Amino acid sequence: MAVTSAAVRPRQSILSRLSESRNVLGFGFMLPAAALLLVFLTYPLGLGVWLGFTDARIGRPGIFIGIENYEYLWSDSVFWLSVFNTLLYTVSASILKFMLGLWLALILNGNLPFKSFFRAVVLLPWVVPTVLSAIAFWWIYDSQFSILSWALQQMGLIDHRINFLGDPTNARASVIAANVWRGIPFVAITLLAGLQTIPQSLYEAATLDGASRWQLFRYVTLPLLTPIIAITMTFSVLFTFTDFQLIYVLTRGGPVNATHLMATLSFQRGIAGGQLGEGAAIAVAMIPFLLAAILFSYFGLQRRRWQQGGGD
Amino acid sequence: MAAIKQAGRVDTDEGGMGYLQSLPRRVVTIYLPLLVFMIVLLFPFYWMTVTAIKPNAEMTDYVNYNPFWVVHPTLQHIRYLLFETSYPGWLLNTLIISTAATFLSLLAAVLAAYAIERLRFSGARQVGLAVFLAYLVPPSILFIPLSLMVFNLGLYDTPFALILTYPTFLIPFCTWLLMGYFRSIPFELEECALIDGASRLQILTKIVLPLSVPGLISAGIFAFTLSWNEFIYALTFIQSSEKKTVPVGVLTELVRSDVYEWGALMAGALIGSLPVVILYSFFVEHYVSSMTGAVKE
Repeated sequence: MAVTSAAVRPRQSILSRLSESRNVLGFGFMLPAAALLLVFLTYPLGLGVWLGFTDARIGRPGIFIGIENYEYLWSDSVFWLSVFNTLLYTVSASILKFMLGLWLALILNGNLPFKSFFRAVVLLPWVVPTVLSAIAFWWIYDSQFSILSWALQQMGLIDHRINFLGDPTNARASVIAANVWRGIPFVAITLLAGLQTIPQSLYEAATLDGASRWQLFRYVTLPLLTPIIAITMTFSVLFTFTDFQLIYVLTRGGPVNATHLMATLSFQRGIAGGQLGEGAAIAVAMIPFLLAAILFSYFGLQRRRWQQGGGD
Repeated sequence: MAAIKQAGRVDTDEGGMGYLQSLPRRVVTIYLPLLVFMIVLLFPFYWMTVTAIKPNAEMTDYVNYNPFWVVHPTLQHIRYLLFETSYPGWLLNTLIISTAATFLSLLAAVLAAYAIERLRFSGARQVGLAVFLAYLVPPSILFIPLSLMVFNLGLYDTPFALILTYPTFLIPFCTWLLMGYFRSIPFELEECALIDGASRLQILTKIVLPLSVPGLISAGIFAFTLSWNEFIYALTFIQSSEKKTVPVGVLTELVRSDVYEWGALMAGALIGSLPVVILYSFFVEHYVSSMTGAVKE
């Protein structure tokens, strides 16, 4: 059997030789994924950039108008407010998620009873559809029947109901709180995985050298956790920056645009308002920020490889 | 032998030096904060459940009833939801769309991950990086051009608009996850099969895939959950009430004028969350390990 197949080998058809080539085979295997991604991801990305330079509206293909959309946005105070809101939302929510997530990860990393139960429960806010949990927050933040207001009133901490979503400052704080609630599990669970890769012997050695608990955290935990923190937080920042659902459910950008993010403004102008070109321009304006985050992530990954001592 | 046992003991000693802490100290630094975290993280779910089974008379009457509890639980909101709205239809739509998108993405991702990780065609590394970058492109910047494409392709207001666009964020993620999984399968197995005359496709279906069932399950769960939770495409590409998915339907159809049906809304949110929670509770260990694995890779 082996002999015959060896004898046949030189006379194989072109087809069967092709099917053994790594490159041809690789191309064939990549085809479905590449086709879907090129058609529905790469092309729309380019189309979005092009639309940003046109005055397209829903139902009417646009003509090229240069950077008119961007000029208009440059002098549009609502657009700048949305940029400010997005940055404020991203920075404050990410810092809170990081600190609380790290804290929760450190707690869960301790010697706890029912550890896997807690770990499973912690992930719940992350698994449940954002829109549906946001609806629950909407009810929690209700101006008249907010359970939070009621509880605080019963405890005697406040004397009138809090207007959670009606006042600009409160509304910003409320949407950030809801975002943090949803984001803590992801940060906590990934950092927990990072914590579990740190060998206990390092802590024992440091303790023998007389390190305090703070020093253990600062000089053992934190440096070893830095690579995974970099990756986790890049993802967290990226998803917070492009958030849409939470705002759309809770405030739709109100009151007086105080919580409009770039994504919600882009939807409001592009789809609800029908100005596809302008909406696309707002979306394109998000790209520089995203690129910065992606570059950060890329160098974070590089550094991790180097730290592990691997070539690549 | 003793040394090996010793090493094994140290490895499994997850608590580390926890025993050095006294109980009162542990209560303050661990149990108390943990309790607060749990209450905060779980309260919205409790509040959803309570609201979903509370009769309207108690719903807004905070004077006579303690809002944290239900005196006369009722199923009226759930009955209203299931029999007087299009909710069951939305559930079915979401199920069909999520399943189809998941299978399509898994198929494409398995082939792509195998090609990138094991065929090592020229440029495989660059393609791997491109897939990673594709994962970082958010739907928020794609929905406007996509809506135009969907409209021009005649897919607007059909389930295919979602089935074909969801893979844009599912494929990169699944490919990335499966690449890590395939990497853990020993090369030697494939070499043996190659020597025995198996083709690459046979190797993939008969050796690699059976060995990566846990990875496939986690990728499938992730993909299903992400499609189930997707909102912005479903909001933009679907218009008819009966074709909507659960998140969009609950938000746009159950909220009418000034009268909020809070009971029905909460019931809708709760029932809409159940499938992913159930799915996830069965496979929570896979889920956690692969999520963290994907991040570690």
